Amino acid sequence: MNEQAVRKLTAEILAGIAPEADLATVTDSEDLREALDLDSMDFLNFAIALGEKTGIKIPEADMGHLRTLKGLLAYLVR
Amino acid sequence: MADFRMPALGADMDTGKVVQWLVSPGDTVRSGDVIAVVETHKGAIDVECFLEGVIDDLAALDVELPVGALLAHVRAPGEAIATGPAPACATAAAPPAPRPAPPASEVTLPAAPASPSSDRARISPAARRRAKELGVDPTRLQGTGTDGALTVADVELAAVRRAPGAPSRKGGFDPAQMRLAIAAAMSRSKREIPHYYLTATIDFGPASAWLAAYNGCRDPADRLLPAVLLLKATAVALAEVPQLNGFHEDGAYRPGAGIHVGWAIALRGGGLVAPALRDADRLPLPALMASLRDLIGRARASGLRSSELTDPTITVTSLGDRGAESVLGVIYPPQVAIVGFGRVVERPWVVDGALVVRPLVVATLAADHRCSDGRLGGQFLAALDRALQSPEQL
Repeated sequence: MNEQAVRKLTAEILAGIAPEADLATVTDSEDLREALDLDSMDFLNFAIALGEKTGIKIPEADMGHLRTLKGLLAYLVR
Repeated sequence: MADFRMPALGADMDTGKVVQWLVSPGDTVRSGDVIAVVETHKGAIDVECFLEGVIDDLAALDVELPVGALLAHVRAPGEAIATGPAPACATAAAPPAPRPAPPASEVTLPAAPASPSSDRARISPAARRRAKELGVDPTRLQGTGTDGALTVADVELAAVRRAPGAPSRKGGFDPAQMRLAIAAAMSRSKREIPHYYLTATIDFGPASAWLAAYNGCRDPADRLLPAVLLLKATAVALAEVPQLNGFHEDGAYRPGAGIHVGWAIALRGGGLVAPALRDADRLPLPALMASLRDLIGRARASGLRSSELTDPTITVTSLGDRGAESVLGVIYPPQVAIVGFGRVVERPWVVDGALVVRPLVVATLAADHRCSDGRLGGQFLAALDRALQSPEQL
């Protein structure tokens, strides 16, 4: 996936989890859980959806990469 | 003939409004069927009917009615049609078709928020079930059946035409109304219930280590959250100390039939709802996790069922990984206890005389002094601690 695709997918999934949130106001290094008020169930649902849409197996140890847009880009852009 | 009345969906509900009937006059209903969508301050709730027979005399939509108001009549199978003002043609024609009760685990579709101007189409039970399966909102569709009723074909066509994208989540509740309802219930609690409070700091190390090993090799969809261990441990401890699992009614304690834990769920936009996870002490952890995920999803999408709001025998409030370190709860009447968990934090801790760093969680109990004393509450917290030291047995 390229950067554009990762950003688009992230925005789509998060719109389903936190519909009132505006991802455009979140900076790349901000913690998504803080910025969008995601609880641990929201964050798990985010990881599940991300794994389903990309086909990537996301091990528990890699969950930290999902916390910021910057981390997501580094993790998913190939 | 039996009366189907506006249910009381918790101590904080005075009125409700039927916004959709999922049955038509003359339909046969079975105990446990979801037959109406009622709008409350907790959002739109799928209301189950625990009567059996042929339903008739449905109350008008969009009218604010008090708890206990007559919503419909249900004639027992074989019972003669009442000689009343009800038009005979409404009941005589429809042949009673037996419908299977929905399985308990079925995910109900988020109900549409009421909008007075919208034209509510009828929908057959089969089409409604299909709509649930396909995630289609039937209130947005135009039916092609008799009287414009939605058919299975209409629903399937809509599912095909629907543009792909993230599922939308509807608000379905008015935050200001919900705040008033919470205020009323909590004021009553503080006015009537002599709370006592106990606190215990529990070593979450064994549970954390067990979770890390369990989750390490699993897909995100199969993982467990720490909340599930806290929930199960609470339920197991309640089985040991059942005096905290029940209700204070008419001046006396009434034990709950089963351990149905009301799980406090914060709603986006403000507000709180604590629907039941039934028989939490008996469910294995993966099943409990699946139930919790389903329940939280439906609570936030206005897809709760009425029994989930009336069943809880105790409440648990867990603040999660970004919450405060501890919470002393306010009991939800007529329950007699609320258990609180703070965020798991790493702190210095003494093990066998040596100082170590451990993940700790502060567990609290607020209980009703009319039903129990601190000694019993202490036994409960000790049982909770023991349960969390052996996570593999949960």
